[in-house]
Amino acid sequence: MTALITEADIDEIALGAAVLGTGGGGDPHVGSLIAKRLIRMHGPVRMLTVDDVTDEDFVVPVGGIGAPSVSVERIMAESELLAALEAIERGTGRRPTAVMPIEVGGGNSMIPIAAAAVAGIPVVDGDAMGRAFPEAQMVTYHLAGYGPGTTVLVDHHGNEVVSRPVNGEWSERLARAVTVEMGGGATMIDYAYGGAVARECAIPGTLTLAKRIGGILRGRDAAGRQLRDDERIDALCTDLGAIRLFDGKVRDLQRAVDGGFTRGAAELDGVGADRGSAFRLDFQNEMLLARRDGALAAVTPDLIAVLDLATGMPMTTDAVRYGARVAIIAIPCHEKWRTPRGLETAGPAHFGYDVEWTPVEQLAAAGTEIAR
Amino acid sequence: MTGYRIGIDVGGTNTDAVILDEDLAVLASVKRPTTADTGEGVADAIDAVLAASGVDPARISHAMLGTTHCTNAIVERRGLGKVGILRLGAPATTAVPPLEGWPDDLSRAVGEHVHLLAGGFEVDGRTLSALDEDAVRAACDSMREQVDAVAVVGVFSPVDESQEKRVAEIVASELGVPVSRSARIGSLGLLERENATVLNAALMQTLKQMATGFVAALRDRGIPATPYFGQNDGTLMQLEYALEFPVLTIGCGPTNSIRGAAHLSGATDALVVDIGGTTTDIGVLVEGFPRQSAHAVEIGGIRTNFRMPDVLSVGLGGGTIVRSGGASLGPDSVGYRLLQEGLAFGGGTLTATDIALRVGAAQIAGIATPDVDDAVARTAWDGIRALLEDSVDRMKPSAAPVPVILVGGGGIIAPETLDGVSELIRPDHFGAANAVGAALGDVAGQVEKIYRVDGTEAGRRAAREDASRDAVERARLAGAASSTIEVVAVEELPAAYSDGQQVLIRARAVGRLAD
Repeated sequence: MTALITEADIDEIALGAAVLGTGGGGDPHVGSLIAKRLIRMHGPVRMLTVDDVTDEDFVVPVGGIGAPSVSVERIMAESELLAALEAIERGTGRRPTAVMPIEVGGGNSMIPIAAAAVAGIPVVDGDAMGRAFPEAQMVTYHLAGYGPGTTVLVDHHGNEVVSRPVNGEWSERLARAVTVEMGGGATMIDYAYGGAVARECAIPGTLTLAKRIGGILRGRDAAGRQLRDDERIDALCTDLGAIRLFDGKVRDLQRAVDGGFTRGAAELDGVGADRGSAFRLDFQNEMLLARRDGALAAVTPDLIAVLDLATGMPMTTDAVRYGARVAIIAIPCHEKWRTPRGLETAGPAHFGYDVEWTPVEQLAAAGTEIAR
Repeated sequence: MTGYRIGIDVGGTNTDAVILDEDLAVLASVKRPTTADTGEGVADAIDAVLAASGVDPARISHAMLGTTHCTNAIVERRGLGKVGILRLGAPATTAVPPLEGWPDDLSRAVGEHVHLLAGGFEVDGRTLSALDEDAVRAACDSMREQVDAVAVVGVFSPVDESQEKRVAEIVASELGVPVSRSARIGSLGLLERENATVLNAALMQTLKQMATGFVAALRDRGIPATPYFGQNDGTLMQLEYALEFPVLTIGCGPTNSIRGAAHLSGATDALVVDIGGTTTDIGVLVEGFPRQSAHAVEIGGIRTNFRMPDVLSVGLGGGTIVRSGGASLGPDSVGYRLLQEGLAFGGGTLTATDIALRVGAAQIAGIATPDVDDAVARTAWDGIRALLEDSVDRMKPSAAPVPVILVGGGGIIAPETLDGVSELIRPDHFGAANAVGAALGDVAGQVEKIYRVDGTEAGRRAAREDASRDAVERARLAGAASSTIEVVAVEELPAAYSDGQQVLIRARAVGRLAD
């Protein structure tokens, strides 16, 4: 079955993508403007389910790479998306038949939709993360043993860098170095594969999931019932099987930027039912670690999202400010990440945190036990 | 010695004025209709409040004007200047040209004179592309005689302002119109900063016209006061500053009304329901201050990077037009023509005020109960109650009943009790809370600077302290009394430098008005 993404769908997908971005992945606002503009110019985008993808397809994940603060300031050139698709075609000898988000979280949910519109090809309803992650090898293709293949980076000046890194770690190193020279942001294609591999690796349904999340946060639950502002976060948790970890106010914030990463931590004081408790969030572009009164509450690769307490709107790590009143929710990650290879790739040790990954559901159950 | 303060709030329907004494107690408050030429309404309100208070004009040391004039100009797309937009960033940024995402009528109102030129910087300070001065001059040529002001917006200008400054010089010499530079208006985030800069440019003549009338009105009455304008965070700015940054007056109305309501009622945690002639604005008072909106704020349908009080605006006010046998309320209003066009005042339009008079919820001295069919009045009254109850419910921090402070000239249309409200407070002078809030205003100083730091905690602290000292000094220069200045916010903004050695620090200090 083929669905269409119209200009009117973009804002809800973008909002849901911001939640799945867990504070990183960039604010989808700029990407949403690009997608809406290109849909207006070229018509709605066809969306394929992962099952619709055939062996003959050549599925090209396209997205932005770089610091979110660059992507909201030095917006891409109009020519970059087509230039990237043309470069991968020249580099592989195969014409892309569909694009796909490499990460559904944040702005990279929007770039493939924009690319699909301008190239006149469909977008696949799925992605290779089910969230956002900061490094190029943190994708389901890597978990399944596939390398990045021919990799393309293009920038606003028209520079094209085509490389064939030997593995995901090298892809990440090379891409970082090139991106810094390109001014901290670029358009990237990697893990471009035939339909069979895309079907094997994609986490299915994540664009429609983003749209559903966006719908709930805009005040309409899955059954079409209107939601009051203060009902939305709980409705979202119910829908996603997520856990509302903490309601609090930001008391201290440390943030530093290096090598394209925004690293830091936020300390929160509890409000409402959580008054008297303290909470700490550690982030490296994305929210990665949550501790309540010193005890682990959620650990990457499970998703940790920061929502405005009053409105439920998601906040990026860049937008979190002193005094902000927020709700922290945790969403269990896709099973592909809960494997030894998944945890080795995107678990706490990889990010330099000396903690043991434990499923968020289990941490929540243990927390409830202690509270009793 | 500090003298008296006069506070004036110009709304879409009414112009309110108050005089406060040295202890900030209200001596008198008046309400006059806003006039099509707002200056007349302001002068009229000043005369009335002087008469009501009996205060000697020579004893008034500070005059504060809060106005929704600029907000309304944007929302109604009326009286905006034509703006030339010069974005320096090509070949980057072409995927989202200026005015993208703006409502069509607003982009038409500012004239769609858009030029995306070579220029801009990279995040690390490298030149993105070199400025093409001939292209700037050619753009000026194409806009000659067609624009009232120019907005200059350079990619990463918060990192390096030099190109914006150079372009501003060229524009000034080529066209001789005022220039708004984005680095002076906002921080990182090109589109939000650009939107705010374009609006600022569009509002320059709008505010100048109003300010000229205000200054003349003060002078003609022998009031020796320093004029100030209210801005969106509840602080004041001196006249010259306001003329350069008119966009900062946007949102001061709700802020003033919330702060005024807190001052008049003594409450610190409540909802503030401000019923004007055309709209009802509901804000949230938390620990004495307005709850800030946490996300990007839209003004007239476009996104900016201002922080604003979190306000829900619904189309219900004293002048709201009632139709369809009472079943339809507004959203249009007779506005400032209520006293001519309202049924009770001898006009031919049925308004929300007529309904309140008819059901006996309100009385106005010398005005008879208007002749309205009983069923119509009851239907409309139920509608007003339901709309207010629903709006209050949407803003409540939780399901528990909350106190509501009722302010604004249209407050007479509110029922005595509302569902979900623990207590309905109507403070003295409730009709002029906006003007009281304007007169209370503090003075702020804000700086945004980029520091090189060595990455240690001590280095960060030193940078924060330096920025804080600078903000305090600016607040003092803006007119704050030294002993009262406090640093209210220090933020480190992520500025992604490739060597990781630089941070952008924004510090803000606020103090009371000096004598």
